[in-house]
Amino acid sequence: MPADFNWAIGGEAGDGIDSTGKIFAQALSRAGRHVFTSKDFASRIRGGYTAYKVRTSTEKVRSVVDRLDVLVALTPRTIEENLDELHEGSVIIYDGERTTMADVEIPDGMIGLDVPLKSLAEDAGGAIMRNVVALGAACEATNFDIEHLDSSLKKRFGDKGQALVDNNKQAARLGQEYVQEEYSDIEFDYDLETTDNDYVLLNGDEAIGMGAIAAGCKYYAGYPITPATDVMTYLKGRIENFGGHVVQAEDELAAINLALGAARAGARSMTATSGPGIDLMTETFGLVATSETPLVIVDVMRSGPSTGMPTKQEQGDLNMMLYGGHGEIPRFVVAPTTVDECFWKTVEAFNLAEKYQTPVYLAADLAMAVTEQTFEPDAFDMDAVEIDRGKVVDEDTIGEHQTESGGFKPHELTEDGVSPRAFPGTEGGAHMSTGLEHDEQGRRTEDTEMRVKQVDKRNRKVETAREREDFSPREFGDPESDNLVVTWGSNEGTLVEALEFLEEEDIDVRILSVPYLFPRPDLTEEFEAADEVVVVECNATGQFADVVEHDTLQRVKRVNKYNGVQFKADELADDIKETLAPDEGQEVEA
Amino acid sequence: MSSQVRFTDFKSDKQPTWCPGCGDFGTMNGMMKALAETGNDPDNTFVVAGIGCSGKIGTYMHSYAIHGVHGRALPVGAGVKMANPDLEVMVAGGDGDGYSIGAGHFVHAVRRNVDMSYVVMDNRIYGLTKGQASPTSREDFETSTTPEGPQQPPVNPLALALASGATFIAQSFSSDALRHQEIVKQAIEHDGFGFVNVFSPCVTFNDVDTYDYFRDSLVDLADTDYDPTDREAAKEKVLDADKEYMGVLYQDEESRSYEQTHGLDSNMSDIDHEGAPEGAMDLVREFY
Repeated sequence: MPADFNWAIGGEAGDGIDSTGKIFAQALSRAGRHVFTSKDFASRIRGGYTAYKVRTSTEKVRSVVDRLDVLVALTPRTIEENLDELHEGSVIIYDGERTTMADVEIPDGMIGLDVPLKSLAEDAGGAIMRNVVALGAACEATNFDIEHLDSSLKKRFGDKGQALVDNNKQAARLGQEYVQEEYSDIEFDYDLETTDNDYVLLNGDEAIGMGAIAAGCKYYAGYPITPATDVMTYLKGRIENFGGHVVQAEDELAAINLALGAARAGARSMTATSGPGIDLMTETFGLVATSETPLVIVDVMRSGPSTGMPTKQEQGDLNMMLYGGHGEIPRFVVAPTTVDECFWKTVEAFNLAEKYQTPVYLAADLAMAVTEQTFEPDAFDMDAVEIDRGKVVDEDTIGEHQTESGGFKPHELTEDGVSPRAFPGTEGGAHMSTGLEHDEQGRRTEDTEMRVKQVDKRNRKVETAREREDFSPREFGDPESDNLVVTWGSNEGTLVEALEFLEEEDIDVRILSVPYLFPRPDLTEEFEAADEVVVVECNATGQFADVVEHDTLQRVKRVNKYNGVQFKADELADDIKETLAPDEGQEVEA
Repeated sequence: MSSQVRFTDFKSDKQPTWCPGCGDFGTMNGMMKALAETGNDPDNTFVVAGIGCSGKIGTYMHSYAIHGVHGRALPVGAGVKMANPDLEVMVAGGDGDGYSIGAGHFVHAVRRNVDMSYVVMDNRIYGLTKGQASPTSREDFETSTTPEGPQQPPVNPLALALASGATFIAQSFSSDALRHQEIVKQAIEHDGFGFVNVFSPCVTFNDVDTYDYFRDSLVDLADTDYDPTDREAAKEKVLDADKEYMGVLYQDEESRSYEQTHGLDSNMSDIDHEGAPEGAMDLVREFY
């Protein structure tokens, strides 16, 4: 394990938990430390327990763990909720003057720092800054250079004037000094050293938005839904600088249809939603596929079915993305595994969509979408972005794709299954697109031979993609190990960290993280070479496990989590250990 | 090219499968003539159609076109126009498509005011599914699924449009070819969402709202001193339970299209860079 440190602030929604947590996370990032944040939030605007957790290290951190070293507790419940993660020596910062915190009891062995957050904030210019006072106190308890906090405060409040920045700096100082003076007898164990590294800190939704702009996406239509809304929020106000536009549609049905319209007009176009929205979009998804329109559809998965748990993690929409829609529909399902991959896979999604003229699902999940992580800025190297628009024809080349009477063939039967594409406005390209079965010119047909030819043509694109694209999984751990652990989506980082826990127990594993869910890599050889195959995913039934069992004709073991919380590295290591070598007497014949 | 365009250039080589005598023939001819007369050609025109008899129009016309899913033609049209404001976008639908399954989109398309025209072929019945009540069917109109009539008032599309903030509301009759064509032309020329409800009789299933009925009952506003820019007058007309009108019922001369309001003036299909756009690295720097 890296020498990491875990900090959290918790209270009621509306207490400014999120922004305070982010200020601290940014300060750490600016101090050259790696950061991984996670949020525990309820589906309500005010009230209800909410927390923002920050894990930090001078080395890369990829997941959350069950440990808290410093906790800012704005309510008694904050302590109760985190009791399991607190340990001997954990520091709890609280305001004993706050009515609800007056009788709070600090668990044995832990260090309680009673700091009058509100009154100190008032001294600095306003009670609203009490969380910043707590941040100052946290800096003192962790020997963290408070100047990095200043820099984060300036970034946060700079637009609102220097006075506000100064007041906040002062509030932080008062918190720091209070701890220095009142708790001078305590020697804090923690030491958040700084480095010269420059990191960027962002979450998966932001990375998806950034990837879209980098890929030349000009049009986004969406309808607000947790946890996908941040994609729209990010794009709005930024995409316009690159000649693009964001529309907030009246519903998800309109969103995908607006996006489809823009895509037909030739724009790189995208929509993002979460499970319930994907349900609503599914009818039009079929039209997108049949009309062979390139479109990127982001599904930031949350707990389902129905409204489920909107603010909780799950990877339960895989079957929906693989099979959703009536009839048989060729598609791509691409699943980023980390925040930086959210960026790159979005770029790739646009290229796949246009090269193969198909809809592409980008399968993200809540744990990745709302999680902020630090990266070297060149993890988002814009110079490495490439745009491939596929087979677009213009006035000069359109003649090669016309019938003798001059009709354009947008669904030309080609060897690779990909037809020419003419943007509206191209002379000689006027044509009809339809969800009805059609001939090469896009005209409705019920001709049995043409039906088969068009179905085969569309499906051929999948084979072409298998030949031309690299759908390899990402690999970690011991390549020689007989224990194969397979996963997808945001579990990758947790699994990579779980390796270290497993090593401590002398268990070696080989990890395959699969970012392409359809078309996907053939894992038969890997499965056959392994003694044990375990598939890790955040759903109850093992949707991906089912799929790979079908692909490889080999039974796999499963580790599933579906309580709404993402895997934690230490816990996942235990689960894998137990699954690989179940207690005697518990083994069940497959 | 536009100077030589004739309306027949908008005809495809597919023969319509509409029933002989269907109102949709006249509706479509008027649309093609209006497009040609407003200086458009098939390569700069985008027609969006929904599902049902009306939805077949994209097949019978020659232009860039999409045949959408049921009720969702309007957002598709808006997406096309926003992404390429140089295109002339025309959306066609039926009363079921527009006022039943697509009613939500109708209200919001009106509010959004994208510069496109929306032609609804209103025959007050579901034709392609063989004669069920539609949202504009009369309260006592007996059909296979409503043997005693729908027993609920019909949707009033004109009033719905006005209440939603429409900037152009018109009604025409497919059989009055010249007036219909003229009205659609005005809808095209309107800067914003040009809505035209067209009475387009179903000769097979609707024996109430017939050619004769409309011919005898429609009041042509062109024959009166009606001022379509007067919103109060428009309110009275669209809520008039005793008469049905033909012509432009309301036009907001101050209308600014969505594209104007949002500064959309470029063709988004153009990507002039092979990698990330210039300045993209600033997006990364923001996260320091």
